[in-house]
Amino acid sequence: MNKLSLFGLLSLVIRRDLLLAMRRRADVLTTLVFFVMVVSLFPLGVGPEPEMLRKMASGVVWVAALLASMLSLPRMFSADYLDGTLEQMLLAPQSLTALVLGKIVAHWMLSGLPLVLIAPVLGLQFDMSAQALGMLVLALLLGTPILSMIGAVGAALTLGLRGGGVLVSLLVLPLCIPVLIFGAGAVEAVTSGMSAVSNLSLLAAFMLFALVFTPFVAAQALRISME
Amino acid sequence: MAINWFKYSAPTTFYGLAGKLIPYFAWAAAILFVIGLYIGFFVAPTDAVQSEAYRIMFIHVPASILSMFIYLVMAGYAALGLIFKTRLSAMMAQALAPTGALFAFISLWTGALWGKPMWGAWWVWDARLTSELILLFLYLGFIALQASIEDSRRADKAGALLAIVGSVNVPIIYFSVKWWNTLHQGSTIKFSGTSMHIAMQQAMLAMLIACWLYAIAVTLARVRSIILEREANTTWVNELPEMKVQS
Amino acid sequence: MSWADFFAMNGYAFYVWGSYGAALLVFAIEIVMVRHRRKVTLRELRLMRDEMGEMEQGKRYDA
Repeated sequence: MNKLSLFGLLSLVIRRDLLLAMRRRADVLTTLVFFVMVVSLFPLGVGPEPEMLRKMASGVVWVAALLASMLSLPRMFSADYLDGTLEQMLLAPQSLTALVLGKIVAHWMLSGLPLVLIAPVLGLQFDMSAQALGMLVLALLLGTPILSMIGAVGAALTLGLRGGGVLVSLLVLPLCIPVLIFGAGAVEAVTSGMSAVSNLSLLAAFMLFALVFTPFVAAQALRISME
Repeated sequence: MAINWFKYSAPTTFYGLAGKLIPYFAWAAAILFVIGLYIGFFVAPTDAVQSEAYRIMFIHVPASILSMFIYLVMAGYAALGLIFKTRLSAMMAQALAPTGALFAFISLWTGALWGKPMWGAWWVWDARLTSELILLFLYLGFIALQASIEDSRRADKAGALLAIVGSVNVPIIYFSVKWWNTLHQGSTIKFSGTSMHIAMQQAMLAMLIACWLYAIAVTLARVRSIILEREANTTWVNELPEMKVQS
Repeated sequence: MSWADFFAMNGYAFYVWGSYGAALLVFAIEIVMVRHRRKVTLRELRLMRDEMGEMEQGKRYDA
């Protein structure tokens, strides 16, 4: 097997993972249904007053997105681990970091992107304004990739452990708090008539920072877990 | 005279060294606790605004400082273990985590008891209290990860990686929580006087050093057990004097 | 200032002593747990060693 270019490798991994996911569409749908359900539970819990709902909308959607993305994390590497593909990937002459990056992108497209697309509909349940909805989509678009990236590190560290599903949430959730703060903050800034630029740029900076380091760290974590 | 530091990084020698050092650290900690509490309760004057309640500070502040400091030390040991593959560093990181978590817990507990009379609420979403809570979560994640991995080599390395990622994230978390806090106009612990009384500073310093020495003593004691567990069935362990007694 | 005044902490007794009491309790529990862990570890190691010794002795008898 000859060495592929970085982008060739990335698209290969992404296409493969998407294809595999298409065969198990239920997994993707489960995450999405969970997200919709959690968000819809909040008005039932706190009451239907539109004013309060409008106020808490961004936070509720963000927390639900955080939880929903935790749900699919254990699956990020486990299928490849169980059928032995991951071992082959570790031995392959290609860079493991790039492989992991490909898997992160695929994971985001399967679990993050659907959340971004459905979020405006859920926002309407909370009587959010059009600008707030736009900002919610934009913030989620910047923030959910970070969740997949940090999540990849947690998923790699807990690979093959019993109780890995709960453990990965325990490890990853505290690390995701900045995303939650800036993501929900951006929407809140718009609703209270302020500029969301600082929130968005911090979110973008955090994403770039994660993009540079997390694929490498997750690759190291995979090596540790596969030893 | 050059000291061969690597000699002490071998678990065999470190086990004996730690055993000799523990009593010194423990006694120094006990003495400084007494001194710190004496100055804190009998010498330091009553605060004009907070009255006697401010005396919680002498345990709250050292516990908070140490919980953060121990996390950094832990990440440092973890990094050393990952880079130089020294087994002892990983054991130290593992031994430090419970102590760090307990200091974080003490910090939160005393913070709540300080907050109630001062702000009228057990818990306020103050930037420092919130960061401390997240720090406790990070400790718990580290402990849970290491506890769920059977193979000690994998546990060491996985824990090390998590601690390093966590320590990179801690400043970001602190900054973001602070930002969030100022946006929502949360309350912050403010001290009434412009400067602390000299006795207050002395009490604080004594308590801080006492807590630090206590943490060292307890960590060394814990790491000795970890060394024994890892080195089970080796000749040097079986020939230790404490192994003489028949079970 | 009498001892009663001292313990009353000007009405803040519950908060001040609650803080120091909890800290003391945590320290005490930690010390007990560390000692207990050492005791258990040593006991298990002794058991393991003695079992190994017996196994080796058994081998010698077999031979």
